[in-house]
Amino acid sequence: MTDDATPAPSPRGLDPVPGEWQRVSRKYLVVDLISTLFWGVVFTALSALPAVLLDWGVWWWVAPAVLAIITIVTLALVPRRVRAIGYRLRDDDLLFRTGIMFQRFVAVPFGRMQLVDITRGPIARAAGLAELKLVTASAASGVVIPGLPLEEAEWLRDHLVAVAETRRAGL
Amino acid sequence: MTQLADGEWHRLHPATPLLRGGIAFIAILGIVIANLRERLVEIFLPQLACPEGFCDSDPLTIVLDHYLLPALLIAAGLLIVIIALFWWSWRMHTFRVTDEVVEVRSGIVFRSHRKARLDRVQGINIVRPLFARIFGAARLEVSTAGSDANVQLAYLGSGNADGLRGEILRRASGARAGAAGAAGAANGPAVPAAEGVERAEGVAVGASPEVQRGLGDIARQRLAEFAAPELDPALAPVTSVVTMHPGRLVGSTLLSSTMFFFLVALAGLITVLALSDAGIFLVFAVIPTLFGFGSFLVRRITRSLRYSIAATPDGVRVGFGLLSTSNETLPPGRIHAIEITQELLWRPADWWSVRITVASHSNRNGAAGQQNTTILPVGSRADVLKVLELVMPALASGDTRELVEAGLERPRPDDRFTTSPRRGAVLRWFSWRRNGFVLHPEALILRRGAIWRSLSVVPTARSQSVAVHQGPVERALGLANVRVHTVQGPVTTAIGALDARDAQTLFGEVAAADVAAIRADQSHRWGGS
Repeated sequence: MTDDATPAPSPRGLDPVPGEWQRVSRKYLVVDLISTLFWGVVFTALSALPAVLLDWGVWWWVAPAVLAIITIVTLALVPRRVRAIGYRLRDDDLLFRTGIMFQRFVAVPFGRMQLVDITRGPIARAAGLAELKLVTASAASGVVIPGLPLEEAEWLRDHLVAVAETRRAGL
Repeated sequence: MTQLADGEWHRLHPATPLLRGGIAFIAILGIVIANLRERLVEIFLPQLACPEGFCDSDPLTIVLDHYLLPALLIAAGLLIVIIALFWWSWRMHTFRVTDEVVEVRSGIVFRSHRKARLDRVQGINIVRPLFARIFGAARLEVSTAGSDANVQLAYLGSGNADGLRGEILRRASGARAGAAGAAGAANGPAVPAAEGVERAEGVAVGASPEVQRGLGDIARQRLAEFAAPELDPALAPVTSVVTMHPGRLVGSTLLSSTMFFFLVALAGLITVLALSDAGIFLVFAVIPTLFGFGSFLVRRITRSLRYSIAATPDGVRVGFGLLSTSNETLPPGRIHAIEITQELLWRPADWWSVRITVASHSNRNGAAGQQNTTILPVGSRADVLKVLELVMPALASGDTRELVEAGLERPRPDDRFTTSPRRGAVLRWFSWRRNGFVLHPEALILRRGAIWRSLSVVPTARSQSVAVHQGPVERALGLANVRVHTVQGPVTTAIGALDARDAQTLFGEVAAADVAAIRADQSHRWGGS
């Protein structure tokens, strides 16, 4: 329940490291909305094909209806989900948080980074955003920061690589 | 010490093509003999010659009767070409070991050149499959992190393999001062008994400038901890610290869950067959199953019968196998997580098994078709503590020993583990009292399970990152779970159903401990500099 920059944490939720988080760009909200809407429409349309083309009966409308509802609910949650994404650079590690329903906080020490990756999808590119991915030797770390302005992403990448170099450790 | 490591290119054991193609060769021979059986019968027992008209259409007969000479020529030519190819491929397959890297070049048409940095070595495995063992040859695998990232030297002479392993490890340890080499040369050929002493000197020589240069107090203390037991040759015994009693091995196998499920399945099968009066089919259904399971049991037992584990200056050496043997050396700091588990039926006997997560994943299996992640197949509690002391020397002090022992026991109020709250029982029906953790500066210790007890130890110097999670159900209960990320492996390094506050505190503390441990960690060059 901590989806604001200055959270009033409900006693049961998580907030392991109180303080200010770097949030993703506001434009990412639009990007996420568009891509959610796009995929929602595509899947709904695909699942509606048998009902429209073959006219097998009213039950064939169940799947598209469910998908449409899921898409609408997801769309409604997007603003909160985007606000929940945050990261923070500390002296020796990077913190990353994500999720509202399924909250997740990750701490990755700089010395453990193996690779920093920047990817840009078509919609994000139009909005001037990029996605930054941190890779460690563990497949489970899963730190992907979406919706960073390109300059910020590039700065962050160079900064992380430079810091990781000074704190380099084995596996 | 061994001239194979002089930085020049060397060839492998001359019998390599035969050994590598050994199984295929025998199989082809078998097929040929099986096909020629009729022919052989005819040659030796002419009165049993095949009936008129039957053999005439056999292509072999036609060839033998009409084209004997060309057939022989073609066969001979093929044989020569094959032998030449094998010989050529053997000549092109070379390796060298320098101060920095180990390299292998191979291939005739498609050339390959594989190079591994010695300071990235995750372990060295010497495998002697039965067939190669007969010829006194061994396969040396230098493993680095990643899947199928092994540099294989197959095959070497058995003695050479041991010498080369010692030399690679000595160089990888960073103790490569000239004096160390001289000490090695002075001690003559690498007999196993001299190996420990000789290498220990190498470590001493490498370690002293390290201390003079100084890498901060923490580093020095850490180094001293690592170096201390290694400097004393008396503490590097060649004998195994754990003896595998055949009785315990057989007993533990019979009492394992696999055996239990097999018996249940067998009983079910027999009941079904008996009730449906299938009579003779019963035999056909049950016997192959019995054979399969019997071979599984025999494999398991023969693999572990000659199990040994010992500390050497260059890490823990674990040996397996009765007929085909494997012998793996894991340098210090290459073990990413340890898990001590107990089968349900082992509890009265207080037996445990220990498995580990390491960064290298060999796509070839161990001596008996098993991944080499189990480093203690079965052992008493004392054995477990001895093994733990070898693989994680930091946990060997009396204080932490107590902690580990408490982790194997049923929970007590004063055992320093922070356990799940009562409401955790919703998610951990039986184990919520036991489900808990302790953070030691060197390692995170996770205790789980009431029926199948397990204890995971994750060295903070090896964990990659840490996460705290909470889903909606956990939110409603005020619980959370913490997961320490390590490289991929069999050990579970997560603990769920903790009080949300405890979980968050743990998250913060583990994150801080990881950073401190990374700073202090010097284990990639365990011999100093």
